[in-house]
Amino acid sequence: MTSLDKPGAAAGPRPGRPRRRRAGAGGRRGVPLPLLLPGLLALAFLLLPLLALLLRAPWRALPRQLGSTEVWQALQLSLISATAATAVSLVLGVPLAWLLARTEFPGRGLVRALVTLPLVLPPVVGGVALLLALGRNGVVGQWLDAWFGITLPFTTTGVVIAEAFVAMPFLVISVEGTLRAADPRYEEAATTLGASRFTAFRRVTLPLIAPGIAAGAVLAWARALGEFGATITFAGNFPGRTQTMPLSVYLALQNDPEAAIALSLVLLTVSIAVLAALRDRWMTTP
Amino acid sequence: MTHTDPHPHEQPADGTSPAPAPGTPERAATAPEPAAGGLDARLVVDRSGFRLDVTLKAAPGEVVALLGPNGAGKTTALRALAGLTPLTDGHLHLDGTALEHTPPEARPVGVVFQDYLLFPHLSALDNVAFGPRCQGVGKAEARARAAAWLDRMGLAGHAATKPRRLSGGQAQRVALARALATRPRLLLLDEPLAALDARTRLEVRAGLRRHLAEFEAVSVLVTHDPLDAMVLADRLVVVEHGRVVQQGTPADIARHPRTDYIARLVGLNLYRGRAAGHTVRLDAGPAVTTTEELSGPAFVAFPPSAVTLFRDRPSGVSARNLWRCEVTGLETHGDRIRADLTGDLPLAADLTTVAAAELDLRPGTPVWATVKAAQTHAYPA
Repeated sequence: MTSLDKPGAAAGPRPGRPRRRRAGAGGRRGVPLPLLLPGLLALAFLLLPLLALLLRAPWRALPRQLGSTEVWQALQLSLISATAATAVSLVLGVPLAWLLARTEFPGRGLVRALVTLPLVLPPVVGGVALLLALGRNGVVGQWLDAWFGITLPFTTTGVVIAEAFVAMPFLVISVEGTLRAADPRYEEAATTLGASRFTAFRRVTLPLIAPGIAAGAVLAWARALGEFGATITFAGNFPGRTQTMPLSVYLALQNDPEAAIALSLVLLTVSIAVLAALRDRWMTTP
Repeated sequence: MTHTDPHPHEQPADGTSPAPAPGTPERAATAPEPAAGGLDARLVVDRSGFRLDVTLKAAPGEVVALLGPNGAGKTTALRALAGLTPLTDGHLHLDGTALEHTPPEARPVGVVFQDYLLFPHLSALDNVAFGPRCQGVGKAEARARAAAWLDRMGLAGHAATKPRRLSGGQAQRVALARALATRPRLLLLDEPLAALDARTRLEVRAGLRRHLAEFEAVSVLVTHDPLDAMVLADRLVVVEHGRVVQQGTPADIARHPRTDYIARLVGLNLYRGRAAGHTVRLDAGPAVTTTEELSGPAFVAFPPSAVTLFRDRPSGVSARNLWRCEVTGLETHGDRIRADLTGDLPLAADLTTVAAAELDLRPGTPVWATVKAAQTHAYPA
């Protein structure tokens, strides 16, 4: 961290060192320049913004910035809603993943495509779609309002719904992949021992795929924590109620850039922690 | 076995008793065959390009081996018995109860899978207790029963061990205990010794034989290893291309093979032909003289060790059972050399290393092969 104060010293050797070592270890063949140069450029491109964030961070003012109630409010809301969205994704997404991986039904391919749609859909569009479905005049929302007096948009629950909508596909895809890789014959063995299909799932499959579920949950949680577009569209931007960290970063950037940087640092730290938690899964398998 | 069982699977120790087991009057009432104990099944499974159609019957206490080459449909038959593969047609009666529409979890069937499929996250004890727990037995009682089973398998010291820390032989015994702990009326074993190395195999085979002998209900095991089948089973059912091609006691099948596959398994030269008196005119061409007197379609079999080879046409040997052949291949077989021959009659001959060297055998060498009538064995086809 100390070398980061000198930009030249930090940016130079860092990307260069592993390259040189690999070229030496890889034998006499050398790395072709048309691959090496764009590769290094890509690396710099990816790292530079993060580096800039660290370089311009108001380190001295940081404790004060992070101590403010608004930051804590936003952080708290973000953590709670992201965790709740992950919980919703787990409760609904794991069974969906099981259905996709272990049962045959007509149109399964289409269902899987639809499940992955929120992965590629612009989150703002997701927010609009949620409004049309669950808004006060929405397809389902009008009945929720009329029958139960439940209004979802612009509430903390709305934040959770928006985040779950965007994050659940990550979990479903991850868990489905793990389920497909898991040997279905363990379920068969459980069945021959008298276990119903659900018991077999609960007592055998679930423990077997727990690492996959955990990885999917972390991924979904990280996605939910960073959710911006769907949240601001569906839930709005009310401090203490629906203003999550990404929203307050964006807002702070306009009137208090230092606060925005401080908030960004917090999110960056969380991201690095997530990466560290997932390193066995995502970084050791090339 | 003195527990009061909620499932009326228990039978008196004399399993062959024709009377229905006490406590199963409702079964006797609905049984299609009066007091039919044991297994009575016709398994028909259609899959694209493959049809399994085998009939299996076994009395309680009997051990039946399904023997056959890979892809013959043995494992499909086993899965059908367990309910893991649905029947296209046929029936499955166990102790007089129709099971063909019963889901696998409700069948009184225990399975030992080829690679055991012990649940990796559970200890040996909890693996064995899994079945009783699923049958509604309380946790403490299920664990006590599991401990008793492990004890019986000589694994009392490994109760807390996770499957990946068990040796192959130990895992096999845990898998057997797990299957037996549900008190099945039909025990299925899929290649029970295939996952073991040769040394462990010997020891586990002996242990398995003992446990199967103690088991009072029907056991069906699937194997492609004739030795396993002959050591473990009372009766062999040979399956090829989804059909039963032969069944009988191991000794009977070893003496009277009816297909090339079985003949090769038991190490015999086997030919089909038509017998008239002491001569069997083979479909392959030449005739074989035998000591048995038969008429009509017949098999002739003789072991490779009964064949004698000569480089020149032997004089002083009767012309009967003398064929002109050519060596196509040689391989070491224990301390002997196995020669594969073509010519008048395709056959396998065993000779000592010294004899093979003296004859200077190599692929392409022309030889004369002869077999004494007394060493052939003919039986009706």
